[in-house]
Amino acid sequence: MTTPATLEALKSQFGELATSEFRGDTRLVLSAAQLPDVMGWLKNNRRFDLLVDVTCVDYLNFRDATDRYGLVYLLANTITAERITVRVYVNDPNPTVPSMTMYWQGANWLERECYDMFGVEFAGHPDHRRILMPEEFTAFPLRKDYPMQGRGERHNFPVLERSDA
Amino acid sequence: MATAIESNPSSSQQDYLWTLNFGPQHPATHTTLRIVLKLDGERVVDAVPDIGYLHSGFEKLGEYLDYNQYVTITDRMNYISPVANNVAWHGAVEKLLGIEITPRCKYIRVIVAELARISDHLLSCGAMGLDTGAFTFFLYAFYQREKLYDIFETMSGQRFHPSYTRVGGLMYDFTPIVIEKIREFLKNFPNTMDDLEKLLNRNRIFVDRTKGVGVLSKEDATNFSAAGPVARASGVPRDLRKDEPYLAYKDFDFQVCCATAGDCFARYYVRMAEIRESLKIVKQALDNLPAGPVNVGVDERTTLPTKQQVYNSIEGTITHFELVMLNRGFTVPTEETYAATEAPNGELGFYIAGDGSDVAYRARSRPPSFIHFGIFPHLIRGHTLSDVVAVLGSLNIIAAELDR
Amino acid sequence: MAVEPLPDNVMVTKLDELASWCRKNSLWPMPFATACCGIELMATGASRHDIARFGAEAFRFSPRQCDLMIVAGRVAMKMLPVLQRIWQQMNEPKWCISMGACASTGGVFDTYAVVQGIDRFIPVDMYVPGCPPRPEQLIQSIMDLQDKIQREGTIGGAEFDTAQRQAPKRALVELPVYGQTPYFNPNSPLARNVARRSPS
Repeated sequence: MTTPATLEALKSQFGELATSEFRGDTRLVLSAAQLPDVMGWLKNNRRFDLLVDVTCVDYLNFRDATDRYGLVYLLANTITAERITVRVYVNDPNPTVPSMTMYWQGANWLERECYDMFGVEFAGHPDHRRILMPEEFTAFPLRKDYPMQGRGERHNFPVLERSDA
Repeated sequence: MATAIESNPSSSQQDYLWTLNFGPQHPATHTTLRIVLKLDGERVVDAVPDIGYLHSGFEKLGEYLDYNQYVTITDRMNYISPVANNVAWHGAVEKLLGIEITPRCKYIRVIVAELARISDHLLSCGAMGLDTGAFTFFLYAFYQREKLYDIFETMSGQRFHPSYTRVGGLMYDFTPIVIEKIREFLKNFPNTMDDLEKLLNRNRIFVDRTKGVGVLSKEDATNFSAAGPVARASGVPRDLRKDEPYLAYKDFDFQVCCATAGDCFARYYVRMAEIRESLKIVKQALDNLPAGPVNVGVDERTTLPTKQQVYNSIEGTITHFELVMLNRGFTVPTEETYAATEAPNGELGFYIAGDGSDVAYRARSRPPSFIHFGIFPHLIRGHTLSDVVAVLGSLNIIAAELDR
Repeated sequence: MAVEPLPDNVMVTKLDELASWCRKNSLWPMPFATACCGIELMATGASRHDIARFGAEAFRFSPRQCDLMIVAGRVAMKMLPVLQRIWQQMNEPKWCISMGACASTGGVFDTYAVVQGIDRFIPVDMYVPGCPPRPEQLIQSIMDLQDKIQREGTIGGAEFDTAQRQAPKRALVELPVYGQTPYFNPNSPLARNVARRSPS
């Protein structure tokens, strides 16, 4: 539910950007370089002050996919309840994207989770480390090439018998 | 990269600070989360949360289970109001498929979502009371939740984790016994609600422990992506039931509860007020429940048809065949979408990427507890150790939603 | 020499049985509540199904003061060392109830992060199936544990070192783990409309 006024203003400010629409959601595709400027403009000029979610999709097994990681930023406007979805595509090796913590503090943990699950790095993030998996975990679990049962990490612990206290 | 515990390197020069581990096993009833506190005497100087102690790979499971199987997993996310998660998940799936569900199904989903909201707020306030020492409140709240469990059990067979919704409809329709039980609950619950309010609303100890503690300003609430009662208690009047009405919320007359103080007491008070509003909604929905089928028709090819439809019409037979045979099932557009509902804890949304088969390619849940726990270090700075429990209780952090 | 009959208020028993009787009727649980089963554990402690009737009123959260650890909920990989440390901190005699499907076998979560049964790493006395188990099931398990304690408990802790009890039971023998088959077979000739490509 993005208003046509926002799309017009976007076009006049930044020129032609790839947009598409599906079931009422408007998706905007950006490159990683354009991301800070457009997001800053969206927050300050169009008042998209709520960062709803930051997530990532791994397109390794997807038919006709050209880039491996698609980052998704969902923004909302708390006053007018307008929403917009921003997509950024990055690739192996070194998938890196500028961090959005300068605009929204809520991006802090959301980006940490993207890094933890997919390995996408966020340049300029104040606290760039794993959040859900243990510190010593080496793989990135939500990538499509990581098996669902894991690679044996979950049972790699000593066994306590009843005779040990 | 920062090391594991220290997020603020300059504080290592202050040797008089004492590190306390509010470890993953602790008496506050929010199960497994860990906070490493740096204390100056009793004052909290810094708090570094460490989560992941319940991470179970929900999102990876979303890529292996189909849309009707995954609803059992969504139950186990915010496990104190599981039906709300089911409604949210299937709301997102139905948005992706572009199906419009029947009016009766919309009303029933509204009723169960609001009952789940009452259940969630009762436990959240009960846990907050228990953590600050009010054991009676907790017992009263749990007794009422047992009544709600009776309703859920009659409706779906399970006390909680009912996995009640399906794509295009519900598992079972409401029987008259369920409606009778809900009416009886609506009749008896307001008395208990008065008792609950009398216990804590003007209780000197509780108010002193929670007023002015953990203040979240309005700008900070939106900047930190807060939603739900946490944001509404800070003055952000955002409620998805009114702003972007989904299901049948347009037909009901209810108010959005907000407060301006933004402290723990405001969050508690907003939740108690929301329980009363939910009672109003359930009463209106039950009085105006439309008749008719609860699952969508056979043209959509998503729900199992009734036996009469299977034997007497060709569409029924085709739909039955398509759904029951392996390697068939309904086709899903190769697109991605996001749909959110106003869960009791905040905005619970699912970002689903479909790839044509009836197994999602990516099923991401936007967990309100995760985002609210990120606000916790900001809220607790400067308060004492005993306020940690009050603030945690007011944010309603559910570890399963936090870690997924 | 006449032997006087015992008066009515005197009981004769073995010291073992007396000690077991005391222990079984005052089990203090250590609720290791992780997830949804934790809520059912709280409901078991609440007023409708009251666990205090069985002597288990005192839910002490300190392992040094408990003798029954109820592991309620799934145990993630990151949490297992914590579980083991708490088990080691509890004093003998101690028992463990594995409540719910997730603690017993991993439950619905056969994923990279969930331990498939805590009995792989901790000795367990009682398993309670269910997802989540009803409070009545948990109370039944506590009653069965009380029977077990009465039958097997001794003062010296001798029940802990019989070879028979240490031998792995058949249920715990490691079965080969097959990968979870994809729900959809991409090589089937029926797979016309699907965008999924098998991972190469």
